[in-house]
Amino acid sequence: MTVTLLVPCFTDALFPRAGISMVQILERLGHRVVCPEAIACCGQPPFNSGYWAEARPMAVRVLAAVKDAEAVVIGSGSCGAMVKKFYPDLFAGTPQAELAAAVAARTWEFSDFLVTKLGVTELGARFPARVTFHDGCHGLRELGVKQPPRTLLGKVRGLELIEMKEAETCCGFGGTFAAKFPAISTAMGEVKCASAIETGAEYIVSNDSSCLMHLQGLMSRQGQTMKTIHLAEVLAQQ
Amino acid sequence: MVEEPAMNEREKILTRIREALTVPAPRPGAHPGHPGTPNPPADPASAGAQARRWLPKVGDTIEEQLALFAQNAAGLKATFQLFNHWDELNAALLALRDAENWRRVASHQTELSAKACATLQRPVCWTDRGYDVLDLEACDVGVTSCDALIAQTGSVLVTSRSTGGRALSILPPHHLVIARREQLVADLPAAFALIQQQYAPDYPSMISFITGPSRTGDIERILVLGAHGPRKLTIFCL
Amino acid sequence: MSANATQFQAAAQRVTANVDHRRFIRQALGNYEIARDLRKASFQSWESARQTAATTKWEAINHLDTHLRELAAKLEARGTKVHWAGNGGQARDIILDLVRRKKAHTIIKSKSMTSEEIHLNEALEKAGFEVVESDLGEFIVQLRHEAPYHIVFPSMHLKRGEIRDLFQRELGDAPSDSPEALTLVARRVMRHKYIQADVGFTGGNFAVAETGMISITENEGNARLTAALPKTMVTLIGIEKVLPKLADLALFLPMLATAGAGQTLTGYNTLYGGPRQPGEVDGPEEWHVVLLDNRRTELLADPEQRDALHCIRCGACLNVCPIFRNVGGHTYGTTYSGPVGSVITPHLRGLQDWKHLSNASTLCGACTEACPVKIDLHHHLLQNRRNAITGKPAFFERLGYKLFSIIANDPTFWSLAKKLGRLTQPLHALVKGTALDPARAWTKTRDLPPIAPVSFKEWWRNRP
Repeated sequence: MTVTLLVPCFTDALFPRAGISMVQILERLGHRVVCPEAIACCGQPPFNSGYWAEARPMAVRVLAAVKDAEAVVIGSGSCGAMVKKFYPDLFAGTPQAELAAAVAARTWEFSDFLVTKLGVTELGARFPARVTFHDGCHGLRELGVKQPPRTLLGKVRGLELIEMKEAETCCGFGGTFAAKFPAISTAMGEVKCASAIETGAEYIVSNDSSCLMHLQGLMSRQGQTMKTIHLAEVLAQQ
Repeated sequence: MVEEPAMNEREKILTRIREALTVPAPRPGAHPGHPGTPNPPADPASAGAQARRWLPKVGDTIEEQLALFAQNAAGLKATFQLFNHWDELNAALLALRDAENWRRVASHQTELSAKACATLQRPVCWTDRGYDVLDLEACDVGVTSCDALIAQTGSVLVTSRSTGGRALSILPPHHLVIARREQLVADLPAAFALIQQQYAPDYPSMISFITGPSRTGDIERILVLGAHGPRKLTIFCL
Repeated sequence: MSANATQFQAAAQRVTANVDHRRFIRQALGNYEIARDLRKASFQSWESARQTAATTKWEAINHLDTHLRELAAKLEARGTKVHWAGNGGQARDIILDLVRRKKAHTIIKSKSMTSEEIHLNEALEKAGFEVVESDLGEFIVQLRHEAPYHIVFPSMHLKRGEIRDLFQRELGDAPSDSPEALTLVARRVMRHKYIQADVGFTGGNFAVAETGMISITENEGNARLTAALPKTMVTLIGIEKVLPKLADLALFLPMLATAGAGQTLTGYNTLYGGPRQPGEVDGPEEWHVVLLDNRRTELLADPEQRDALHCIRCGACLNVCPIFRNVGGHTYGTTYSGPVGSVITPHLRGLQDWKHLSNASTLCGACTEACPVKIDLHHHLLQNRRNAITGKPAFFERLGYKLFSIIANDPTFWSLAKKLGRLTQPLHALVKGTALDPARAWTKTRDLPPIAPVSFKEWWRNRP
């Protein structure tokens, strides 16, 4: 099928390899991948801060770019939730309400798309390392994505997945929260990193690069050797 | 005269409520919920009618229910003993009296509690004849019957009408309950049905579910028994 | 930033810096989670129980006037005096007037967060009455002149040594720091007070309309004693605590115990239907029930957030909230803390003054997941943010988002922004961490990732 891939703004600018890995995986599976040039952001930053009027024009452009898409796949839980769960709220009572609902119905977070929509779990991936998985809150609680990343990691040759105690606990990034409430954000991140380090894993894997950016930033500053890597990058390794 | 202003405030509040409710609120589960949680259709039947289906399962036989009650009581650090004859029960009463060195006993006049007091052969403060609170305070044990035992939770049901008033089962440092196994009900819905059956519309002014001895976790979340109510709860069941 | 917001930031800074305190709180809450999960698993279906509870509360709140009328009528029919208080001031006046008429000296209280909300103790003490908190946790924070730390566990922030020192200082009596010994001290003090007190004051967990009863949940037995011995009993309860039917408690009592404390059932669940009735041997001669609005009707008038009135004050959302776990209850600076407090305080005390609590969240949703009555808590926080902006947008922030909106979804500007970012990044290294660093909020404790030399879009565009 033709998959319209939406790459989050931070992935585009800071973690392009995650997006590149997604393209590689989808093309290896025989699908045609389309990336709309015109848009870079789903509108979540203004939306989460309460600026819904400022978020709408961004979201309208996203809807226009994907309105005929067969399937919309988003490379992060938080952006996925924005399009799938919150666009209907944002456009309730506006002319775009119907389109927003239609697009939401065809939108998937990346790992959920592979496992639930395509029924694919075996990607021929190889990544010999001990890893632990961080469940990004939006993906976990707004989209209900818990099992698909684990199913996919379970098929990666050489990979050992060790669950951390605080896997489902928020990492403390929260978008602008990280800058508006830095002390709390850091404290939450410290709890998360400590839990990850306790597993003895070499990598924290997640389906949300924004969370990983926060955790990596903390661990680097503290001189920790543990690394972070996006789920798609792991799955693209052969 | 305080009457009029109070009426006005009542009407003001009720009017505000009526006005607020002219706009309907969505029913629970109307917002696309977390995919993992089911939203069964809203059932007009009350929570009470549904409760039995969701609460922990209770066996159907009296043996299973007695066993469950015993298990719960043990977990609550309440003492529960089953007897086949009054002789056995009496022997246990005397043993307990001597072990705890009871000098003065408080109770009320029902068949079971009066019989137990006759065995104990100690001066009795009968609360149902009117009592002095300092006298009750000086008693070592409060002996009562009960309205029911509840298997599902290990609870004892008492009321201010049937079990000697409000203070008898809470002021003395030891609460001793004499019950018959026919008084055992399976679960909380059954207990509430019993209360309504027994008393509606003229309810006792106090109805209490006692679940274990008095306890607190307020200091470092460490369980301590005997905060203000009885430190010991003993249930003798014939 | 409002004064409250500034205070919040300062308090958050202080508590998050106290790693020992945070570890202590997280350990207590960790133990709670283990017990809670066991109890949830014992239900045949915890999720179905939540749905039924949510629906029952929906019925209750969306027919509130009907149920309140029935409640009041049934209470009055058995001799209870029912008072209606539009706001906290009226409630205090009613209660003060009552205790004066009774010529009371000592008032013994069982736990009531609603009484905290209206600052009742302060008013009573100012008027010359002795007020004794009988719940151990409340007793402890009362001695420390502190607010409760948590709506269910008021003294969970204190170590035993601190409590021993407190008792030594205030009561002259603290043999050791063992929880048993300390509890015994409180028990001895309180015994005397129950018997001596003129007025017993309680809160209420549920108000059953069908039978005209107030249901009180506790572990210690102090509420039972407060309602048994003093001649006059006063109960303060928010109007939203209504349940339609007596049998509803068969579901709500175990859910409250499970979500609130990981217990099968709390130690004493007691229904009060009137003062001492003819033929009864004890109990208060008079019972006054004060029904409190205090802006709950304003929350009721917001259909989007009306379900916040379903709250049964179990504290589960506090227990799971990662913000609460790291800043503690006092940081919030208001009666109701944690997620539910952050949702309702803007309605009860003013949106612009309390919006910062809704901002101090990552919207992780753990609260909504934990709520036994399925209140859509984290979405309400988002709605509060939206409402706050609509009411009073922040000029520079809005400008910033307008600009972001233009740049991000215009390919030319976005491309330019990335190029600019790459160019200026080495400059940033010079000011990183200093007062000149615009990203200081981040870089104080975290490293920034480098802007990728080739962005995803650039890679995509240049693919063969």
